[in-house]
Amino acid sequence: MSAPRTMLDKIWAGHVVRDFGDNTWLIHVDRAFLHELAAIAFRSLSDADRPILSPELTFATVDHLLDTFPGRGDETLIPNGADFIRQLRAGARAAGVNFFDIDDPEQGIVHVMAPEQGIALPGTIFVCCDSHTSTIGGIGAMAWGIGTTDIEHVMATGCLVQTKPRSMRVRFEGNRLPGVTAKDMILYLIGMISADGGNGYAIEYGGEAIEALSIEERLTICNMSIELSARAGFVAPDAKTLDFLRGRPFAPQGQQWDAAARAWLDLRSDPDAQFDREVVVDCAHILPRVSWGTSPEHVIGIGERVPDPDKAETPREQASMRRAQSYMQVAPGEELAGLPIDAVFIGSCTNSRISDLREAASILKGRHVAPGLMAICSPGSGATKRQAEAEGLDRIFIDAGFQWREPGCSLCMSGGAGGEAFPEHARVLSSTNRNFENRQGRNVRSHLSSPATVAASAVAGRITDPRTYL
Amino acid sequence: MTGRKPFRRLEAVAAPLRRLNVDTDAIIPGTQLLKVAKGGFGQGLFYNWRYREDGSKDPEFILNREPYRHAEVLLAGHNFACGSSREVAAWALRDYGFRCVIAPSFGNIFYSNALKNGLLPVMLDEDDVDAVADEVEARQGACRVIIDLVEKVVVSPGGRQLAFNVPDIYRQAMMDALDPISATLRYRDDIIAFQNRDRRLRPWAYFGERTLSAADFGAEA
Repeated sequence: MSAPRTMLDKIWAGHVVRDFGDNTWLIHVDRAFLHELAAIAFRSLSDADRPILSPELTFATVDHLLDTFPGRGDETLIPNGADFIRQLRAGARAAGVNFFDIDDPEQGIVHVMAPEQGIALPGTIFVCCDSHTSTIGGIGAMAWGIGTTDIEHVMATGCLVQTKPRSMRVRFEGNRLPGVTAKDMILYLIGMISADGGNGYAIEYGGEAIEALSIEERLTICNMSIELSARAGFVAPDAKTLDFLRGRPFAPQGQQWDAAARAWLDLRSDPDAQFDREVVVDCAHILPRVSWGTSPEHVIGIGERVPDPDKAETPREQASMRRAQSYMQVAPGEELAGLPIDAVFIGSCTNSRISDLREAASILKGRHVAPGLMAICSPGSGATKRQAEAEGLDRIFIDAGFQWREPGCSLCMSGGAGGEAFPEHARVLSSTNRNFENRQGRNVRSHLSSPATVAASAVAGRITDPRTYL
Repeated sequence: MTGRKPFRRLEAVAAPLRRLNVDTDAIIPGTQLLKVAKGGFGQGLFYNWRYREDGSKDPEFILNREPYRHAEVLLAGHNFACGSSREVAAWALRDYGFRCVIAPSFGNIFYSNALKNGLLPVMLDEDDVDAVADEVEARQGACRVIIDLVEKVVVSPGGRQLAFNVPDIYRQAMMDALDPISATLRYRDDIIAFQNRDRRLRPWAYFGERTLSAADFGAEA
């Protein structure tokens, strides 16, 4: 009998082209996805006279730099933004890869539209020039972000040279409390094991609370694996995964679907499989969460107080926390609930799917954002936006005082897609993934939370527990 | 511009950054990366830390001080370059003049990107990184740190020898400044064999039938 294997072992073993020793491998890559910031990859390869090995396995869309205003074109507020978009278009067309252009009805944020289109499949290795590619693990793929040199390598050889990550299992045990979202679960984990806690690992998320999540919620969990510095994060495919993918445009059909579905359901870790690290999270402890600092690990429950740097374990941590509190203008012992905010954003590859928009709309319906508050919503993809509009969610957002935008990375992209930024020193509550310094504009203070917390806080004009609106 | 130069041994000024979880937005903000190119990003390095809001240099920031502004080695806190996959974070450090970053841990994607751009990421224990930084600061930077990739050792200004590891295939590529695609195309036949077998095992992962051959890799292979 062979040794029990983790899901990581199974996916990895199925992709080994060559073993270089020293835990370094040449592995096959199933899908490569590009966006406009990686436009130079096409030019580099053609300049070197290198063909793209498998254009049919290569995809591209625009999401990072294009703006999200209605009626948009190639030109954006970002200097040279149009240059990236046009070079991507020219490169993608010349190479014959699958390209979702600005006017394509399915255009969207890669990590939202790739699962929607069935481009990302369980058990596959999926890479893209974006760190939040880990999102795709929500449908059971092993997916991670890579740089330009590595994507060129994949395009030219169909492979990557990689060390195999160590394995970590995170089990979310028990049931979520009412009003607690997948975003709160992953923020809790990051606060618990730190922003460096997943470094060098591929994380398999499991336990009854993960099994109970919808696929969209699993995508949110896996999205923020990179905020743990994990190489990848994934959830074993199950009946929900099959239901989600069946009939999607790029998903297998007919007999191939049947074979694929059988293979996918075999991917889950064997019962006795050993992990390099095991973490257990008791969901009973998880309340809606909001970040207070400039790393996603700087996060507390909505009723908790900003921690005291003097109580941190090391001088290094103390200095880091002080710096973050100075930037964010929050004080030790302060409660985040009640803190006035200037702006809110709902969108990004973390929380811009239809279930996120429904969650926010359920609170915004019949209400209005606080006077003077700037509120922006950017649905994650063309398909998501169409669905939301069919359900009348756009009216709810607009009537509540939100701007209803086109799909894209929008105000989550560093520097702002389309060159947008929130006003200097604004305090922003955001359904995004990174509260880094200057991420959403110079000296902008970004707090992260779920779409529900963003919506409730937008109405109140201050950071607010969404459960008061349930 | 590939920026790849052979890396074997470096003896240079080191700058202690003393910050944890330094993210790629801090290394080069999104507002500083906007040209379709692979070089010329040194100006944008640590832009929001090097420059004050009025555009003047912040004299307190380590890289604006002598002798650290000539540093080729950066001593950083854990999880250095977490965040984005944008290779421009590695290009900005390289273009500014850095050849090596020493940290307890790195963002995984940056680690891979750095190796391919002649920028050596060296992992040492957190206490060792701090000890090297302490030695450098005690000499007010007027000292050199040695990074020997052949022997896989860092020598601190005080003479401490600190061994480190880099997977051998990356180490060789760095020492010889190999082009990564050319290096992999040596295994073209393995790739062809794998994919033609895999297409039979997992036809659902591909779009239609195809048999891969050497010609698909172009003239170089």
